Amino acid sequence: MRKKGTIAFIISTFLILFFAYTLLNGLNLGNYEVKPLKSLLSLGLDLKGGVYIEEEAVGQVSKEDLERTRQLLDLRINNLGVKESTVAIIPGVNRIRIEIPGIYNAKSALDAIGKTGELKFIGPDNNVILTGKDVADATVGVDQRNNQPVVQLKLKDEGTKKFAEATTKFIGKQIAIYMDDDMVSNPTVQDAITGGEAIITGSKDIEEAKRLAGIIKSGALPIKISPATVETIGPTLGAEAIPTSTKAAVVGVSLVMIFMLLYYKIPGLIADLALIVYMILTGLIFVSIKATLTLPGIAGLLLSIGMAVDANVLIFERIKEELNLGKSLKAAVDLGFHRAFTSIFDSQITTLIAGFVLYFLGSGSVKGFALTLNIGVLCSLLTAVTITRFLLKSFVNSGIITNVKFYRPSVK
Amino acid sequence: MDKMFKIVEKWKIWFSISLIIIVIGLGTWLIKDLNYGIDFKGGTVVTIKIGKDFNVEDIRAMAAKYDTKASAREILEGKKVEISSKDFTDEQVSQLFNDVKAKYQLEDTALESTRRIGPSIGKELRKKAITSSIVATLGILLYTSFRFEFKSGVAAVIALLHDLLVMVTVYAVLQIPVNSSFIAAMLTILGYSINDTIVVFDRIRENRRLGKYKSFAVTADVSITQTLSRSINTVLTTLFTITAVYVLGVPAIKDFALPLIVGIISGCYSSIFIASPVWVLLEKKGKVA
Repeated sequence: MRKKGTIAFIISTFLILFFAYTLLNGLNLGNYEVKPLKSLLSLGLDLKGGVYIEEEAVGQVSKEDLERTRQLLDLRINNLGVKESTVAIIPGVNRIRIEIPGIYNAKSALDAIGKTGELKFIGPDNNVILTGKDVADATVGVDQRNNQPVVQLKLKDEGTKKFAEATTKFIGKQIAIYMDDDMVSNPTVQDAITGGEAIITGSKDIEEAKRLAGIIKSGALPIKISPATVETIGPTLGAEAIPTSTKAAVVGVSLVMIFMLLYYKIPGLIADLALIVYMILTGLIFVSIKATLTLPGIAGLLLSIGMAVDANVLIFERIKEELNLGKSLKAAVDLGFHRAFTSIFDSQITTLIAGFVLYFLGSGSVKGFALTLNIGVLCSLLTAVTITRFLLKSFVNSGIITNVKFYRPSVK
Repeated sequence: MDKMFKIVEKWKIWFSISLIIIVIGLGTWLIKDLNYGIDFKGGTVVTIKIGKDFNVEDIRAMAAKYDTKASAREILEGKKVEISSKDFTDEQVSQLFNDVKAKYQLEDTALESTRRIGPSIGKELRKKAITSSIVATLGILLYTSFRFEFKSGVAAVIALLHDLLVMVTVYAVLQIPVNSSFIAAMLTILGYSINDTIVVFDRIRENRRLGKYKSFAVTADVSITQTLSRSINTVLTTLFTITAVYVLGVPAIKDFALPLIVGIISGCYSSIFIASPVWVLLEKKGKVA
């Protein structure tokens, strides 16, 4: 029994510290590599910078139109060449959330994606000749004559026919090209164009031509949208937030650990080990469900660390009471866990009720905060009860220290 | 006889202390109103890192060129300025940034963040704040009534309302901007404070089963005393981490951490000095009726 307890305690302590070290610093064993946990965390826009836009549908729209719009917006953003962007419908309201990391100019992002994107070729008689629906493809090219960027259109069969007819009819006259309500260019027809190709000049630079081509290629949105929220987070904010938050985490967690050790002595030391397991577990869950770490999320995590030791505090206070009643160490530990259980269970469940309401009714960063808080509470419920219990019992059984003085706080 | 603090019999003192704080808060709310941030009001906030000493009035004057009602606020850490306006357009924001950039010889990266919130968001946020508080409170009332008894549930909810009102007092008196994190702070304290109350009530439930104590007041006092060191220690550990965030964190997170700190202290106070006395009063009333 004694020996078994000693071995169990030593092995588990070693494993806990080993895992903690590995996840913190990574590990390299020949061709097998474990990356440090923090490199696997996906950071929210508020930590890495970028543009956040919420586009709101104007008027009543159907679910299908909203979904179609989402796909089109996604396509337009991909045309910008941005990786890891997010385009999602916000449930319950007619809004689409767009996150574009790495771009810090909200205005150009809005120009590129937020336009309805209705392309129209209008003849001198004010009749519509072509629309975006007639276009098969749009690419960016350079006008040989003046080196200006242009958008080259490839028309569908129907469009080719219509365009050929119109350009034959309007030789020497102007055909205006509109994007939504803006006239992009107003060229004069030189020759009948029968090959199904058209060129749009008038782009200021290659970027603008690219944007225009992207919008034409993705097609017009089925609904009108307007930006309800536009946020730009510069790259410096996150660069500043991560080191300060890390420092806050290290200081906060160290204070908690030192306090537990000084106040509760041996059980406190074991609570500290359990806290390390708790942090490992929370980190792993965070990475495995691909949760995004945001600024409020960091606050949620740190708050939950403070709360995580609560279950242990409850147990240790119970053990103290049993010891004060004159129970033996082993009996006191057993009873302590047993008696504290209902209060741990009931109190954490009520916390979770609030946490889940926050998760389901909250939006954006609030949701991120609620998620970390809930994961934290669940993990603390698990580690405080199982890990602390196993370690404390093993240590008591090992008989390394039997004096009860080291198992209860000096404060009576 | 077990050692115990006489908390319940002095309930009038505890209730008065809370009442004074809450009256101050609600009074400030009525007179000065809460400092609604743009999440609720709609508008634009631009944060620029100047990085050297500057006169905030100069920047206000530059902003007034685009919107006479625009306001500028200095953020001390990092020497930043926060310019808010209800009517800035995206064009004006970039023009204004260029003006500031030229005057203080800044780089493009000095534009730390811009945030434009449409007016429709505020209404939705208000609705969400109210709905989520009600749903969470009802959920807690239901669970507590089911696990304990209805009167415990009511007492717990009164303690919760107390904490929420104390939080509102903090936001009103210190004029902390009320943004979407306000809802998160409120509900976190709701979840945290109920935790404390439940621990005391769990002890009351256990002591009543033992049948050792004659009156409700004594049962409550003994239970509070027995759980006191736990209540204090848990508050301490939680405060360690959240205060570290407050002291070391970036400004955006400070506005969130401060109300949490107050809420955590209030939650501990209410679980000892409000919830249990209310429970005793409810039980006594039940006896007489």
